[in-house]
Amino acid sequence: MDELKKRAKELLEAGTVKVVIGYENGTADKTRALFAQEAKDADKLIFDSRCIMNLATYLTKAEVKGKGRMAITATLPVMRAIIQLTSEFQVNDNNLLVLGITPESKMIEFKDIEEVESFVHKYTIEIEAKYSEKLEKLDKMTPSERWSFWIEELSPCFKCYACRAACPMCYCHKCAVESNQPQWIPVPSHDLGNLEWHMMRAIHLAGRCIDCDACYNACPLGIPLNLLTKRMLIDAKEHFGGYQPSIKADHLMSTYKPEDKDNFIM
Amino acid sequence: MKSDRRLVRKGSLEKLFEVLKGDNRQVYAPFSRNGRTTYRKTEKFSDIATDYIQTTQSSKEVSFPRTEKILDYSKNEDGMSVKGIEPDQIPQIMLWGIRPCDALGIGELSSIFNWDYKDEIYNNRLSKVTVLGFSCGKADEYCFCTSVGGNPGNTDGSDILFTQLGENGDYLAEILTEKGEKVIALSPELFETAGNIEKEKFLADVPVKFSHKEIFGKLEKFFESDEWVEQSLRCIGCGACAYVCPTCACFDIQDDSHGKLGSRVRCWDSCGFSLFTLHTSGHNPRNVQSARWRQRIMHKFSYMPERLSVYGCTGCGRCSRACPADMNILEHLISIKEAVL
Amino acid sequence: MTNNLYMPYQMKVERITYEAPGVKTFMLRFVNEEDQNKFDFRAGQFGEYSVYGVGESTFCIASSPTRKGYIECTFRQTGKVTNALSDCEEGSIIGFRGPYGNTFPLNEWKGKSLLFIAGGIALPPMRCVIWNALDLRENFKDITIIYGARSTKDLVYKHELQDWGSRPDVKLITTVDPGGESPDWKGEVGFVPTIVEKVAPSSMDTIAIVCGPPVMIKYTFPVLAKLGFSDENIFTTLENRMKCGFGKCGRCNVGKVYVCKDGPVFTLAQLNKLPDEY
Repeated sequence: MDELKKRAKELLEAGTVKVVIGYENGTADKTRALFAQEAKDADKLIFDSRCIMNLATYLTKAEVKGKGRMAITATLPVMRAIIQLTSEFQVNDNNLLVLGITPESKMIEFKDIEEVESFVHKYTIEIEAKYSEKLEKLDKMTPSERWSFWIEELSPCFKCYACRAACPMCYCHKCAVESNQPQWIPVPSHDLGNLEWHMMRAIHLAGRCIDCDACYNACPLGIPLNLLTKRMLIDAKEHFGGYQPSIKADHLMSTYKPEDKDNFIM
Repeated sequence: MKSDRRLVRKGSLEKLFEVLKGDNRQVYAPFSRNGRTTYRKTEKFSDIATDYIQTTQSSKEVSFPRTEKILDYSKNEDGMSVKGIEPDQIPQIMLWGIRPCDALGIGELSSIFNWDYKDEIYNNRLSKVTVLGFSCGKADEYCFCTSVGGNPGNTDGSDILFTQLGENGDYLAEILTEKGEKVIALSPELFETAGNIEKEKFLADVPVKFSHKEIFGKLEKFFESDEWVEQSLRCIGCGACAYVCPTCACFDIQDDSHGKLGSRVRCWDSCGFSLFTLHTSGHNPRNVQSARWRQRIMHKFSYMPERLSVYGCTGCGRCSRACPADMNILEHLISIKEAVL
Repeated sequence: MTNNLYMPYQMKVERITYEAPGVKTFMLRFVNEEDQNKFDFRAGQFGEYSVYGVGESTFCIASSPTRKGYIECTFRQTGKVTNALSDCEEGSIIGFRGPYGNTFPLNEWKGKSLLFIAGGIALPPMRCVIWNALDLRENFKDITIIYGARSTKDLVYKHELQDWGSRPDVKLITTVDPGGESPDWKGEVGFVPTIVEKVAPSSMDTIAIVCGPPVMIKYTFPVLAKLGFSDENIFTTLENRMKCGFGKCGRCNVGKVYVCKDGPVFTLAQLNKLPDEY
């Protein structure tokens, strides 16, 4: 990705941006976020198939934002997240330069957020086959089998909230799990509380999740949390007409439309 | 006491496991699931994971569970009835297969729970745990036990330490405490006389990365350093590092209420969370992630050594392996060591 | 278990006093006489108060250790637990564990004058010391109390302020922030630091005890320095968030200093050595 390095260097040298957020080699064959603040840091920038962390999660972080105007290395999921965050007024277009990476690993520098959106809209969010199969299997289970499946999967959860921290859409300063008047979700980790937490998170992400798998990749215990968010994605499509993040779009789940189905009401 | 050295045949481990399970005892052993290895109550010897350098989670849950009742209450017509947790409700645990770094961590965790006020809930649980450590024949780049007072064959904290004598070899068993002797008494025939065995030959090589002076000495003057911000830009502020750590002891106290009945529980918490130190007034003494990251390092390598005379770190490397953002504690400690003040 | 650190004493709410909007004082008596006989505390210490099913909350003991047989606490309704406490009625049973923390060194202050400066809801931690000193009045020279609140209705312990104001051996100055005065207000109008500067109490052989919101404290310290108070003779209490109260839960430390064990009482000289993390 010499092109990326070169452009990042120019941007930092010219002072066009104060920080370039990208990937660098981490420890033990992992990759991780790099915050290049000087031209020489740009030499560390890399891009390859290991770069799966959703960097958009840093765009709402105070100490990163505080650096000044940012450029970001953005794969398709990162671009989707940027658009969703923009539509939720969490990212200021003027403060951000998007260095897109196409699925063919080419760099595209976008002039503005509208251009990012047009690019993103060339691709639809598709559930990978390996996940569709798992979801189908879950669908075919009886409710009690499904209950056991999730209790078994979620009981190891110790509520470190890595899923939430890694998710670009979980930017709330005070999450619902931390609101205690009333206490919606129990604070301690136990089977029922864990289930409530993950269900609540999945529902808050319905119609907002951009299917980047950041939650699953972040989970230190390897819990397949993305099965919940993917389920939401499918349901949102089925019941509310599908989801493509857009800076202009109405928010799928928080905007009432007369044609919305109400068959979930008993 | 001076350790008693015995030889346990590879084939005898399963017999030992079966003996340990009996009589109101539970065996906790490493178990693999979803590509991660953690400790859990294990019934079958074949369920025990063997191919791991380090488990994802530490074994601290046996003495400091993630969620633990500290009292039960019930409201009734006569008023309120409140009951503590009785020690006989706590099971005997045989902790199988922990690494010497985890065993070292038991002492560090205990020093927090016994600093001045003695935490009898913790002590009671720990008193019922027998630690069957297994030396490390392998290590990876995350390991740094030798920089914080441990080593791959360290006996501190274990009741018996097993060292495998080469791949597929038999085991040297060092019987270190009375609890360890009680295990032998359960099945003495499995513990044969050991000849002269040079244990060190079979241990992993973990190079020393820093000295006490290089970190502890440095941190005293490091509080205001800009290094904290640069190190923590990548940190996403979750609690994974704290929850997999064998010595992190931060906790919350919460009431778990079910109508007229309920419990008060102590549950894990992390200094990495943004709301951890938030005052009711809205003021937050550690209002940025760099301040929280600094707290994590300072607590383990400066405050604990100074106040409790122990590190809050065993060099197990779990936090670095578990971190979704690749915050590598060893890398950061080395950059502190190398930073120019 | 013989010694469960987390087991509260059962306390009966014997009397509830309405102090100010959202602020109440509870007089608490031990349900078990044995607990009562064992219990002892000193001025400045704090405890964990709990409503079963809701949780615990940290605040100081507001009554003086010279008054035996009960303790008092004053709290403002701000969070989950203080809201639930506020819903309690006389006769309710709540939990209390403590006392925790260090104390104001009243013994070392013998023969000196005392200057109390408090703002708003921070009078309760000081009330304990004030009554302690007043109950041992012969041990001290002049006692001056400067107390301010946002408005007249926010002043707590109104009945006691009257009592202190009418005592010949106490000099009481009350003040409210500009705009907070009522038509019949006879006290001062102005922010606490300004009033301290105006009253200009002598620093000769005097200990200053300052409790209040961070901004009040910040601007009061320089005024005291100007008046000649040394950092060693200025005391305050820190109120960091805590859960356990005894050095384990990991929340309240300021650098290597634990507010729950090494504090909550600190001199300004001690505070100056701490990192800015409180």
